[in-house]
Amino acid sequence: MLPLIFIAIAAMTLVGAIGVVTARNLFHAALFLVLSFFGVAGIFITLEAEFLGVAQVLIYVGAISILIIFAIMLSRGIARTAGSVLNAQWAVVAIGAMLLFALLVVLLLQINWPVVQAAAPPDAIAELGRAFVDEYVIPFEVASVLLVVALIGAIIIARERES
Amino acid sequence: MVPLSWYLFLSAALFCIGLYGALARRNAIAVLMGIELMLNAVNVNLVAFWRHVAPQNLAGQAFAIFVITVAAAEAAVGLALIIAVYRTRRTVNVEELDLLKG
Amino acid sequence: MDFVSDLFVNLGRVWTDFLSMYLAPWLVRLINWLIVSTILLVIGLVTVLFLVWLERKIVARIQDRPGPNRVGPFGLLQTVADAVKLLTKEDITPAGADRIVYNLAPALATFSALMLMAVLPWGPRLIAADLNIGVLYLVALGSVATMAILMAGWSSNNKYALLGGFRVVAQLLSYEIPMILAMASVVLLAGSMSTQAIVEAQSPLPYVVFTPLAFLIYLLASLAEVGRVPFDLLEAESELITGYNIEYSGMKFAFFFLAEFINTFIVSIIAVTLFLGGWRGPLVDRFPVLGVFYLGIKVFVLLFAMSWFRGTLPRFRIDQMQMFAWKVLVPVALVNLLIVAVAVKLPGGLWAQAAFALAGNVITLLVTLGLLGRAARRFAERRGERLPVTT
Repeated sequence: MLPLIFIAIAAMTLVGAIGVVTARNLFHAALFLVLSFFGVAGIFITLEAEFLGVAQVLIYVGAISILIIFAIMLSRGIARTAGSVLNAQWAVVAIGAMLLFALLVVLLLQINWPVVQAAAPPDAIAELGRAFVDEYVIPFEVASVLLVVALIGAIIIARERES
Repeated sequence: MVPLSWYLFLSAALFCIGLYGALARRNAIAVLMGIELMLNAVNVNLVAFWRHVAPQNLAGQAFAIFVITVAAAEAAVGLALIIAVYRTRRTVNVEELDLLKG
Repeated sequence: MDFVSDLFVNLGRVWTDFLSMYLAPWLVRLINWLIVSTILLVIGLVTVLFLVWLERKIVARIQDRPGPNRVGPFGLLQTVADAVKLLTKEDITPAGADRIVYNLAPALATFSALMLMAVLPWGPRLIAADLNIGVLYLVALGSVATMAILMAGWSSNNKYALLGGFRVVAQLLSYEIPMILAMASVVLLAGSMSTQAIVEAQSPLPYVVFTPLAFLIYLLASLAEVGRVPFDLLEAESELITGYNIEYSGMKFAFFFLAEFINTFIVSIIAVTLFLGGWRGPLVDRFPVLGVFYLGIKVFVLLFAMSWFRGTLPRFRIDQMQMFAWKVLVPVALVNLLIVAVAVKLPGGLWAQAAFALAGNVITLLVTLGLLGRAARRFAERRGERLPVTT
């Protein structure tokens, strides 16, 4: 049952991803991105990381996607996607990406990963919360500072010039 | 449990599709969307390894949450830059943003 | 008598046992999920029918007129008549609209509203899906609704719909933060994000006694999230020609309308669950079926209050709304979170913690009102008018 669900969700994610990189209309690309994000959230839930799955929906779909759509609206050129959507080096990039994918697949099929058949900890969320203020307190605080800096920086950069 | 190699296959595919999107598109916002796809692929990788290799050690999930946080900050600043560039140069086409070119 | 005392859970058990005799376990589970989903769907839609009538009656009485009283006894079937009217309207798609996105937006809005019903506790063991991240799930689905509205505004190929969509999304995003902070203080008090665990933890005292400020903040923020008065700039019929749903007609418009009322209903249930003790009440331990009844009464009181707001309050301007969210609600919610965090760690037992939290909340409320009053007085003096001074 679970493998079938995984294949369905993975297919949805990959269809969304391909839609992002090939869509002509930028808004459609953003919607395909939202589909991919939902797919990744589903993958997290199949991996029994429910907090991460719901946080993915909350942050990526609820905030970052809306940010991207706002930016698309605020930067609509007069000549909308005239010509191709790809730049001059797309052929090289396509070949490179496919080579990289082949390399990764060959690599991961050869390595013997130390897989453990253990169950996920029952109260992973409480453990995660405790870890954030115990072992990972410094990255946690640095991440907060980073978010404040990004917030202030984004507001200042995107502000209208008062002239 | 679904085998680990399936998750790694998915994350490799997602990463390469995102890489193609980030390097081959003309619109700067589309480049950013490719970058977000790559970060999502990294997250899938992290959580898959957490679940299959070391479920007791929460480093995988914590790391994934930090990646999400940093991706959010980077998306905000990146999009602000794109909007500012659009205001002055009237274009978001990455091929036309070449003021620093030799 | 014992069977009736826990009616719904026992009915479910009897049904499951009956099915398990003939079918495989996974099929029984699948059928049960489908039945529960259908029941929740029907509850949501039928309640919305009743809710629309209730609101129109209450607003009408506040405005000293009878309200709908022609269709059916006391006008109860008025909503059915409205639905039939909307169904028979012509389904127009504006020229140049993005067809798929245009049709998808109302479906997504209603979908995210209905999905919220899965984690609401209706009784002592009566919950569709007892997720251990229930509160986070509620918040995440609220943020999906903003996506639907943006899609609606963009795909209508209409400048005013787009502008309306932007303003709506700005409002929804601004009010998400105080809402999440208020919910976070409840999660701190209960020690768990599961909605059923939060109701069960409100044992002697409901959380509104601990943090009335968080209850107020949650109520205001969720009023803004749903788009009701005084925050109903989104659907202001006389301004900006109703904003993002201007190009929608017939059943698609009905879907947005439906989504708003389902959201109102669910937001009231969430407020009751988090702050007012959910299904708790006298004798609910011995007769768990009374839980649904108590939940219904508390939710009805909240819904009545919301209709009351609609009949009496004028609406905010967009800049007033934003100022209120960012400059008033967010700092107050943060201070409240701090007070609750300190109160939870106090050593004196439950009553000492409650007293500390309540005192902290009252002080914060008085300070906030004082600061707001002073700011209002300064603003009015700058504009040359005198506010009526009440001592």
